[in-house]
Amino acid sequence: MAREVWITGIGITSSLGEGLDAHWQALAESDPPKPVIDRSIVSPYAVHPMVPLDLDKQIPKKGDQRQMENWQRVGTYSAGLAIDDAGMKGDLDLLSRTHLIVAASGGERDQAADAGILQGIGSAPAPQEFLNERLASDLRPTLFLAQLPNLLAGNISIVHKVTGSSRTFLGEETAGVSAVEVAARRIRADQGDIFLVGGTSIAERKDVLITLVGGGFCWKGDPISVWARPEQGGGATFGSVGAFLVLEASDHAEKRGRRPYAKLGPVLSDRSARKPGQATANGERQMKIIREAAGNRPLAVLSGATGMADATREERDLLAALRQRGEVSTVRGVANMLGSCLEANFAVEVGLAALALSRNGFYQPFENETGFEQPLAEPPSAIVATCWGIWRGEGIGLIEKAG
Amino acid sequence: MGKPLRDHKNRPVVAVTGIGAVSSLGVGLEENWAALTGGKSGIHRISRFPVAHLRTTIAGTIDYLATDPRGLTLAVGELAADEAIRQSRIGSPGHFPGPLFAAVPPVEVDWQQREKLYASSDPARGDAYDRMIAVADAANDRSEFEEYLFANVGERLADRFGTTGAPISLTTACASGATAIQLGVEAIRRGDTDAALCIGTDCSVTAESVIRFILLSALSSNNEVPEEAAKPFSKDRDGFVIAEGAAALVLENYDTAVARGARILAVVRGAAEKSDDFHRTRSKPDGSAVIGALRNTFEDAGMHPDEIAYINAHGTGTPENDKMEAMSLEAVFGEKLKSVPISSNKSMIGHTLSAAGAIEAVFSIKTMLSGVIPPTINYQVPDPTIALDVVPNTARAANVRTVLSNSFGFGGQNACLIFAEEPA
Repeated sequence: MAREVWITGIGITSSLGEGLDAHWQALAESDPPKPVIDRSIVSPYAVHPMVPLDLDKQIPKKGDQRQMENWQRVGTYSAGLAIDDAGMKGDLDLLSRTHLIVAASGGERDQAADAGILQGIGSAPAPQEFLNERLASDLRPTLFLAQLPNLLAGNISIVHKVTGSSRTFLGEETAGVSAVEVAARRIRADQGDIFLVGGTSIAERKDVLITLVGGGFCWKGDPISVWARPEQGGGATFGSVGAFLVLEASDHAEKRGRRPYAKLGPVLSDRSARKPGQATANGERQMKIIREAAGNRPLAVLSGATGMADATREERDLLAALRQRGEVSTVRGVANMLGSCLEANFAVEVGLAALALSRNGFYQPFENETGFEQPLAEPPSAIVATCWGIWRGEGIGLIEKAG
Repeated sequence: MGKPLRDHKNRPVVAVTGIGAVSSLGVGLEENWAALTGGKSGIHRISRFPVAHLRTTIAGTIDYLATDPRGLTLAVGELAADEAIRQSRIGSPGHFPGPLFAAVPPVEVDWQQREKLYASSDPARGDAYDRMIAVADAANDRSEFEEYLFANVGERLADRFGTTGAPISLTTACASGATAIQLGVEAIRRGDTDAALCIGTDCSVTAESVIRFILLSALSSNNEVPEEAAKPFSKDRDGFVIAEGAAALVLENYDTAVARGARILAVVRGAAEKSDDFHRTRSKPDGSAVIGALRNTFEDAGMHPDEIAYINAHGTGTPENDKMEAMSLEAVFGEKLKSVPISSNKSMIGHTLSAAGAIEAVFSIKTMLSGVIPPTINYQVPDPTIALDVVPNTARAANVRTVLSNSFGFGGQNACLIFAEEPA
């Protein structure tokens, strides 16, 4: 029999706080849960900003902190929470066998240096030479390292001593789905016993926002429920999230005396060009596979719906149909509380699903505007996480109560 | 059909049935191979942008295509993949029957775009980034800004070749190409797929990328004679030469490849890695992470170092890399290392960064197929602390049945691959 994949550690940081208790309190015990939104950072766009973190708790050396930019610090911090949570901290032998898969965006730019160059380049007699001169004098070598996407993984290795294999997947939500999927497949196929997987996204980053705004991906103004956005032009509101999971083979976890939050069922990813109906077709096909693994019980859904018009409309209609057929009990749009968080999106959904199953409960509706998110009387025994990207990629995962 | 072929761990054997390569030396494996075995360098003076104020003014850029440099990573990746798929005769045009693993460089809004956005911005809108965001908002141009999404190149490659499922775009810095191959090997061994398309492509030489590597003291500044700047394993080596290129490999389950009548170019015997926790750009002084990657690869392959006939080195030509690579190989191979030819393709094509692991894998396989080991050129002043047979300056005929290919990257990335001739 194939090994089970257990979730034995979760580390989450977001606009709502850090750690599992903070998120449970904000999302399951608060009634109604309230998102934290800031519109002063990049007006007219709202972001869900990261809470301040006491970095020393997970990155004790100031020298290490200085070698990173904010995105890497938050990621390294969140990875540390997951490692602590899984009881691995300081177990060098175990950490040296732990594999790492990080979903990453680009590292951060030195915005002050860029601003200085932009201010002068227009009036420079030889703009390209001016650029060379200023880049050569203004850029700091350490910041180049902060810019390399794989240096989040590199810093996690250095700070937390995770030194099995190390891979960094690039590119928005699908990278986050693939990270969890590949780790789960490798565990089931005996290609590794224990993995640290996840990602980090910082919504306050203006260097990233240029692309998202320019591509028409951003919702302007006060956020409304993602389920209401398709009819109003669509768009995503982004949120800062660091999310890491420890995925572990059941036999390996048992041997070191760890109980899981939940077990991970099938994780599937696919893509389409997003022509009308294509994402739905992928979603339906994936749900069939999930259904085979889940049996007949109704499934609660944590959706990664972003609010982008076409994709969210299709996903909403698909979920509504599944609910009508009794296959889905209820839905929560995670972006309504945390914002859309790109590379971190799938990992935070899986983490929140595992948390709910381990606490034998579920989350309050994350919105009350559309009636799409209904309270749940009975705690679910299985949760589906969906993750359709702002641009492309359709992913899904099944998280089940551990036996 | 006979009994399925399994390796020493009872896993499906992974075959290579198609390879393609593009570098500063040209398009296509044959053109590259003729230049490589002729000891020819593709390094030249940078003409893409002014080099004023740059300590390094040479590179292995790809200048012979009409493509806008900003679209070159995709275009060159497509050329390499097209060659590999044609050779393998797998699937049908636009329908590759397996997933894509693409090693790509990180992308971001470039200076051309930044200047354009800033120039038409309103000073009252706030700081420079607020101003550019306001202009980007007004532009609202999906197709233009899609180019800066990280998944873009992988998605475009998947569009073009019709690979199955969601493509995986990845980076492990200068080990990326090897990592793409590893992911394909693992997927086939798991039985998730019978075929995988593994690509490494990187054409990201800009003024800023050159400056950034200069600031890390990583680049050679031997500008006078560009072809002679890359000097792996020489005493007077002073850094790598940044370069561009791409390579692709079609990997298949050996049995299904044989069943469809494919020509088996080689098999992947081993693929493994070990990450380093010492420093962001330097290896552990005792070499333990690189040594760990090598040992893990031999363990994965079920082979002994004595069975390796040729080593395709990472061999960047930085003082640090070549010393560490030689020291680590010696720890694993022992005295035997002195009699194993080892050469660095980077002496001729420079360091193609995210593509290097894939390009060198392709050249490793070609070494076995052709029976010629490409040289390490510019080897005039041997480093006495690196007493290796670096195949100096001139190609060598040799019967090579097994190759070890090394790839190391910033961020503590160490990945190794072992290729072998088709099993008898």
